[in-house]
Amino acid sequence: MKKILISLALIGLVAAGTAAMAAEEAHNAAAPTHFPINEPKEMSWSFTGPFGTYDKGQLQRGLKVYKEVCSACHSMNLVAFRTLSDLGYSEAQIKSLAASYTIHDGPNDAGDMFDRPGKPSDHFPAPFANVEAAASANGGAAPPDMSLLAKARGVERGFPQFVFDIFTQYDAGGPDYIHSLLTGYDQTPPAGMVIPEGTHYNPYFMSGVSLKMPKPLSDGQVTYDDGAPQTVDQYSRDVASFLAWAAEPHMEDRKKTGFRVLFFLLIFGALVYMTKRRVWADVAH
Amino acid sequence: MSEGHSTYTPKTGIERWFDARMPLPRLIYDSFVAYPVPRNLNYMWTFGGILSIMLVSQILTGIVLAMHYTSDTNLAFDSVEKIMRDVNSGWLLRYLHANGASFFFVAVYIHIFRGLFYGSYKAPRELLWILGCIIYLLMMATGFMGYVLPWGQMSFWGATVITGFFSAIPLVGNWIQQLLLGGFAVDDPTLNRFFALHYLLPFMIAGVVVLHIWALHVVGQSNPTGIEVKSKTDTVAFTPYATIKDAFGMIVFLFVFAYFVFYLPNYLGHADNYIVANPLKTPAHIVPEWYFLPFYAILRAITFNIGPINSKLGGVLCMFGAIAMLFLVPWLDTSKVRSAVYRPWYKLFFWLFVADAILLGWLGSQPAEGSYVFMAQMATLFYFTFFLIVMPVLGLIETPRRLPNSITEAVLEKNKGGSGHPAGAAAAPQTKG
Repeated sequence: MKKILISLALIGLVAAGTAAMAAEEAHNAAAPTHFPINEPKEMSWSFTGPFGTYDKGQLQRGLKVYKEVCSACHSMNLVAFRTLSDLGYSEAQIKSLAASYTIHDGPNDAGDMFDRPGKPSDHFPAPFANVEAAASANGGAAPPDMSLLAKARGVERGFPQFVFDIFTQYDAGGPDYIHSLLTGYDQTPPAGMVIPEGTHYNPYFMSGVSLKMPKPLSDGQVTYDDGAPQTVDQYSRDVASFLAWAAEPHMEDRKKTGFRVLFFLLIFGALVYMTKRRVWADVAH
Repeated sequence: MSEGHSTYTPKTGIERWFDARMPLPRLIYDSFVAYPVPRNLNYMWTFGGILSIMLVSQILTGIVLAMHYTSDTNLAFDSVEKIMRDVNSGWLLRYLHANGASFFFVAVYIHIFRGLFYGSYKAPRELLWILGCIIYLLMMATGFMGYVLPWGQMSFWGATVITGFFSAIPLVGNWIQQLLLGGFAVDDPTLNRFFALHYLLPFMIAGVVVLHIWALHVVGQSNPTGIEVKSKTDTVAFTPYATIKDAFGMIVFLFVFAYFVFYLPNYLGHADNYIVANPLKTPAHIVPEWYFLPFYAILRAITFNIGPINSKLGGVLCMFGAIAMLFLVPWLDTSKVRSAVYRPWYKLFFWLFVADAILLGWLGSQPAEGSYVFMAQMATLFYFTFFLIVMPVLGLIETPRRLPNSITEAVLEKNKGGSGHPAGAAAAPQTKG
């Protein structure tokens, strides 16, 4: 019976091997079947790991990139100005930042809609009146809202990487993807690859060979006043960090609480275990 | 549990007053203090207690979340985000609840495999086992409906796919599907009824849990040897022995649970569920939550028609059949010996079955194409072979190892192997009562 089992296991292995080879062959450079073509590059982020915190200077730079570049097309409906205090801004700074936006509000007493300067309790206003307007202005596909983008994107890690991720606490799939995508333009597609009209080749894009969004950032486009390099790579890191914060504003609080909870459980567990040993000491089991 | 054996003596006036009117303190004392448990239970037996605290945790976090949630397709997604951003500790409540569902299933799968390994379903525990299977079914329904509530892309498309199964049933299928959906597609009525049912089902689970524990206290716990309790030396009192062991098991489990809640809260979820549901845009791969993946793989493994049964109906039948197998286990296993410890061949097949279930889970997460389909078909074949052929046949042809005469003998035999326990210590439980 053992022989039968061993031969069955061998057949299974051979089948799996052939399948892997077949999948490899199908992965033709000019007509790839699996996306993204290139895996996202793993960057080093200040917010990963058990003691990760957001780098406030980086978030402020990321906000600047969002305001000056991304916000032309991408909304960020879930983020309120008041929460920008997380980035290290004072109440007065937030008030004046909010006031620099115009918010469409109403109806007033007379039943009319009106425009007014923004307040800290307002959310970032969207660049388009509605999804349809956003889609028609952008070649048929509305640019996604950015509030949750850093959690809504993630390239599958595959086996066995997803097991290791538990122990390394890898939680930067979204920011890594955003950074790779933003720095992945300007590459020449492999010979013979068909790039649909009006789209842009990017080997890091997770749903196809190319995407509608043209290369959004170029060196020197946004002026930094803290001496950080004004390169596409730096802009991409900063805006990816900012989006990580926008998607998970309570991350620092979560990890700090988590450390206390685990520390408590460790001590409590040790005490309960010693008590258990004591209780069972005179009972063979 | 039975009245005749109660050793409870009310000590204070209040206790005597209650005992004469409604003997609740007596019930609690008899069930959780004096209740005799086999002395040789290992940590696999702590999962019943762990499941109880997970159920309580899910109900408590769920009730508070329901205070902030809105079950309207236009508002649901944003109301969940409001919980995450603006509700005090809302992120904690939601992550506890979402990961709590996953860990509830982790615990229930260990609990079920424990039962399969040690033959806990065999007479007189068939009803106990079936009540457990009913709890598992209710958990699946609850988990599925709960995943729809945040109204993300996977919520919507998962609901569309799973409710679509019912349309495969001949004659009444479309009617059942429309009843579930409250219309012809997943929409506002679906979300509202799923929310209502998601709130109701946990209390039904709690009810069946009471029956499950009642049945357990009538027949008593099984144990790693599978030998019934024969004398008082075979058992120890629930408190302090089982209580302290359960407490330690719970803390270790909560440690792992907390690790995920605080450091990897989205690891077990799907990124697409942070995109609001869009009926016009199908995700590249629709995958259910991880705890449904083995059944999802079985569903998709049936790619061929069998006579009048088309592949879709065949897949649905196999998927429900895979769960139905569990209900039949007490009668499929023909072995006179309970525990796999004394069944070398069953032990081998048990571990192959565990590997098969994990393989099916992985296949469920992969696209149903190419060699994955063939592998899923082989794994499905083994899944059913285990229940329908291995279990009945092995019980008849296998020669089990020699069984000890009693739990006490098994314990003493094990401890003889140089663990340093004085042999006389075995008599101690008697004096502890």
